[in-house]
Amino acid sequence: MLTLRGISRNFGDHRVLDEVSFDVRPGRLTGFLGANGSGKTTTMRIVLGVLAAHGGSVSWQSQVITPQNRPNFGYMPEERGLYPKMKVREQITWLGRLHGVERTIAQRNTDQLLEDLELTDRANDRLEQLSLGNQQRVQIAAALVHDPELLILDEPFSGLDPIAVETVLDVLRKRAAGGVPVLFSSHQLAIVERLCDDVVIISKGRIAAKGSREELRQTHAGDRYEIVVAQDAGWVRDVPGTTLLELDGPRAVFESEPQQVLKAALERGEVRSFTPVVPTLDEIFKEVI
Amino acid sequence: MAVGTSQKASFAQATWLVAEREMKTFVSTKGFWIGFLFTVVGLFALTVLPTVFGGDDPKVAAVGSAVQVVQGKQLDVREVGDVATAAELVRSDDVEAAIVPDGGGIKVIALNDPPNDVIRQLVAAPPVELLDASAVSSDQRFVTVLVFGLVFLMFGMGGAAIAQSTVTEKQTRIVEILVSTVPVRALLAGKILGHVILTLGQVVVLALTAPIALRVAGQAELLAVVAPALGWFVPFLMLGFVLVSSMWAVAGALVSRQEDLGSTMGLVMLAVMGPYFGVQFFFDNPAVLAVMSFVPFSAGVAMPVRMFAQQAQPWEALVSLGILVVTVVVILLVASRLYTGSLLQTGGRVKLARAWAPAE
Repeated sequence: MLTLRGISRNFGDHRVLDEVSFDVRPGRLTGFLGANGSGKTTTMRIVLGVLAAHGGSVSWQSQVITPQNRPNFGYMPEERGLYPKMKVREQITWLGRLHGVERTIAQRNTDQLLEDLELTDRANDRLEQLSLGNQQRVQIAAALVHDPELLILDEPFSGLDPIAVETVLDVLRKRAAGGVPVLFSSHQLAIVERLCDDVVIISKGRIAAKGSREELRQTHAGDRYEIVVAQDAGWVRDVPGTTLLELDGPRAVFESEPQQVLKAALERGEVRSFTPVVPTLDEIFKEVI
Repeated sequence: MAVGTSQKASFAQATWLVAEREMKTFVSTKGFWIGFLFTVVGLFALTVLPTVFGGDDPKVAAVGSAVQVVQGKQLDVREVGDVATAAELVRSDDVEAAIVPDGGGIKVIALNDPPNDVIRQLVAAPPVELLDASAVSSDQRFVTVLVFGLVFLMFGMGGAAIAQSTVTEKQTRIVEILVSTVPVRALLAGKILGHVILTLGQVVVLALTAPIALRVAGQAELLAVVAPALGWFVPFLMLGFVLVSSMWAVAGALVSRQEDLGSTMGLVMLAVMGPYFGVQFFFDNPAVLAVMSFVPFSAGVAMPVRMFAQQAQPWEALVSLGILVVTVVVILLVASRLYTGSLLQTGGRVKLARAWAPAE
């Protein structure tokens, strides 16, 4: 497990991270959400040791990370970049070896990844000859070639078409299923909502919310319900203590006193559905930041 | 799926991997081969061409009794019947000059300039006694200075490839992956090592071809004199190269885009070109040359030249080499800190003071 505790960082007088604490658990995809400039990339760079923290600690398997014991992380930086003139296969293998993987294993891993990412036929092209989307896939391969113990991906889906998103997702899920903690940032809330297990939301350098996706939804569900009855549901506004928020013929969304409303509805006739309204990530996000 | 199959690469492994990639990349560029070929061809031309051009005896036409006069001289003689035919040959540029009887002696007919090489053959030269006979003539020394200087300049400027490769890494941002994977010092060491090996390889090829070139040129005796100097030149050249490479690396780390490289390369170019021009201008001034042979940047050319001209003792060369080694160590330490301090800073040019400041 990766543990961040009380991480702070200033740029000049500007405090960009303030006491940031959260965990990235093994076998789970953790989505890291935040507006532009909220501190996502800075946090990731600190975890990778590219940037120093001004306070707090980052631990891996309960040991504080130092340059000497820094484990093998897979990192995909926000600003993409590989050697433009180097051939794809050669480049990925080289990066694997730089991480300390033996040549033959690095080659085998490279070939497997290129196949998974549907790049096998481009293996001997120079990176600059590939389309941007394909370069992005190569970047993913570069982060994975050394079978990292932890994956940190900064906006891995930006610039990918929907099919490529699925391909990359498959690859990431496979890694998570193998027990690797995966932290990735994104501003595409729909994708995060669909695929991540845990969510961390950062706002202006502070953690605004964190927890499993379901937990978060429950906590932010508030006191809101939706009821669908057989006839017009306008009567809901007359139930004492309840506020009607939305009315659409037989469907009503209201706040407070759910049992009173349900009782009243059953007295009047058929109830077709009755559910608490769970907020989308989008709504939670807007609420907490 | 195997998790954690990798062990962290050791510093040495990381350095070697970086060096290996540098070499592969550089060798696969056209510029490398063009530059190298140019040097080899240039070296051959410099030694062989004078012999080729100066080699043939001048062609002359001789008439009647003048034939006896030119016999046994280093002239390519063509006998003709009369003066008019000889003059015609001169006019049509078939021969350089015609030698014809004139009264009791002879006369030389030429087209528009007195043919000095022919005349020199026909007059008796007075005997010459040299008071300060040296094994090395001034001409030979000039050629050696030129060659050593040019080779130093070529390789010194070749170090610019290090700056370019550093900027490429900054510009494409792959540097972030590299820095999170291996120590920055391993990156710097690998780059320098890779280019040192490449340079050494080229020097070896040149050192092997130079004697061949000298033999072809019939300058075998010069070879005997050059060989020891060449032995001194190689270590000086290599250390000098490490010195400028670390500076090239810093020049690259200070900027973020290829276009801005020009702004930081000036000082390094000065460090490379300065010694070259210095030695070219002052090779006939023993005092200045002696000083330059101990200054780390110019020592690479000046000291081997002094050794060649037999102006310096071996201990002087060793002292100079020692100074150079110390300088290399100091510059490497400084460069390594500047490199680390500027590598991750993007946007405009990084000020030296900022690169030097302790990491936040």
